[in-house]
Amino acid sequence: MIEFRGVSKQYPDGTVAVEGVDIVIEPHTTTVLVGSSGSGKTTLLRMINRMVDPTGGQVLIDGTDVATVDPVRLRRGIGYVMQNSGLLPHRTVVDNVATVPVLTGVSRKQARARALELLDTVGLERSLADKYPSQLSGGQQQRVGVARGLAVDPNILLMDEPFGAVDPIVRSELQQELLRLQGELGKTVVFVTHDIDEAFLLGDQIVIMQQGGRISQAASPAEILAAPADAFVADFVGAERGKRSLHLTEVDGRTVVVDGDGRPAGVLAP
Amino acid sequence: MTWLWSNLDEVGELMLVHLALSVPAVILSLVFSIPLGWTAHRYAWSRGVLLSIAALLYAIPSLALFVSLPPLTGFGLRSPMNLVIALTIYGVAVMVRTAADAFDSVSREVRQSATALGYSASGRFWGVELPLAGPVLLSGLRVVIVSTVSLATVGAVIGVPSLGSLFTDGFQRGIQAEIVTGIVATILLALVLDLVAVLLGRLLLPWTRTPSGRRASQERAMETTERVAGAA
Repeated sequence: MIEFRGVSKQYPDGTVAVEGVDIVIEPHTTTVLVGSSGSGKTTLLRMINRMVDPTGGQVLIDGTDVATVDPVRLRRGIGYVMQNSGLLPHRTVVDNVATVPVLTGVSRKQARARALELLDTVGLERSLADKYPSQLSGGQQQRVGVARGLAVDPNILLMDEPFGAVDPIVRSELQQELLRLQGELGKTVVFVTHDIDEAFLLGDQIVIMQQGGRISQAASPAEILAAPADAFVADFVGAERGKRSLHLTEVDGRTVVVDGDGRPAGVLAP
Repeated sequence: MTWLWSNLDEVGELMLVHLALSVPAVILSLVFSIPLGWTAHRYAWSRGVLLSIAALLYAIPSLALFVSLPPLTGFGLRSPMNLVIALTIYGVAVMVRTAADAFDSVSREVRQSATALGYSASGRFWGVELPLAGPVLLSGLRVVIVSTVSLATVGAVIGVPSLGSLFTDGFQRGIQAEIVTGIVATILLALVLDLVAVLLGRLLLPWTRTPSGRRASQERAMETTERVAGAA
């Protein structure tokens, strides 16, 4: 379990990135931090593995304040997947995936064998193992990034806009893949995105952040749609724009679902 | 040509002497430039200071440096050590800026990713930053190789033997073939060392050989080489 308790981050120049944040993230669930840029969502994510230290409050993992844990050791135990994959360009795919196990002292041979299995897990051909990241497509690189994040079989997987830089078709593929993986592995996933649709698709818990690093609402997708906490949330999730206020209409004897603008969204399953 | 054939042994020997002067200077230049360049890259306040000092060092006339070093180092006037030290100073002067650029060329994203993976600061330097700075460092090193091999000839004026001795001797005795031999041999030596550096680079930086990797690092290296050449 990850807990944020009254967490704030103020930079020396006075900028407030995060203010008074409380979140509880249950194990084996996916929590999505969503908000526009400047809402502090990435800062919050990076507090979990101490890439950023809060200036107020505490971040706890299973009851232990992360501030008391050596950052290098802490990071080696937490999976991290970032935008543009963040792969090391001078290492082959298999060595990229094996990076953290090798850092923690696993033999190179063993780490590579495990890395090859992880390529299978994320749906990549083993023939890519000896390629360099620059020889891969964006979607493939992102899959390698996910495999690397899983390499030490961490309980926690942090994902910082991992699918932000790939085209919509590949993004949707990767999202489905992540759902499949999460179904199999049951990690505690903390996912950052600015795409509310992605948040609704992936998240068990959605945390909507607003400018100045404050939480507007933290709840399940259904709760947020049913009862947006304020006008900001309603606008952010598209309820105001009619995008999500669907209603039913009869066409040729079938029930069609249309959105607020009258555009068809689907048919009602019998 | 007849002059060359009858003096082949001497030319060969001078080439080895020249090699023994330039190679240590090139290696030392690289070794000293890396921490200096990294410091200039890492600490903004040091950048201006270090790069200005490097530029000033390069402005010292070579002959003046060669004759002023012996009292400072304690080695005799004709000791090759002085020349190696002087060549290293010039090498560092050329190389520091490139080394700073080389570390700048490592993307922020990759550095952050390495930190997030759990690299310690030193592990990240050796395992990520230094290898990724490699292509730009190599381009700087190639400039240092050529400039060092050519500058080493000046030592002949103060009596440290090198391929430059062929110029001074040929000039004094009026043997044109000897001067030409000296020039050609110096250029050849520079080219051979440059080739060795390129081959070592291919061996040590294998990711730059992939088509897209090569394009990216070539562009970076070319920008830097142009800047270095412009500065020199």
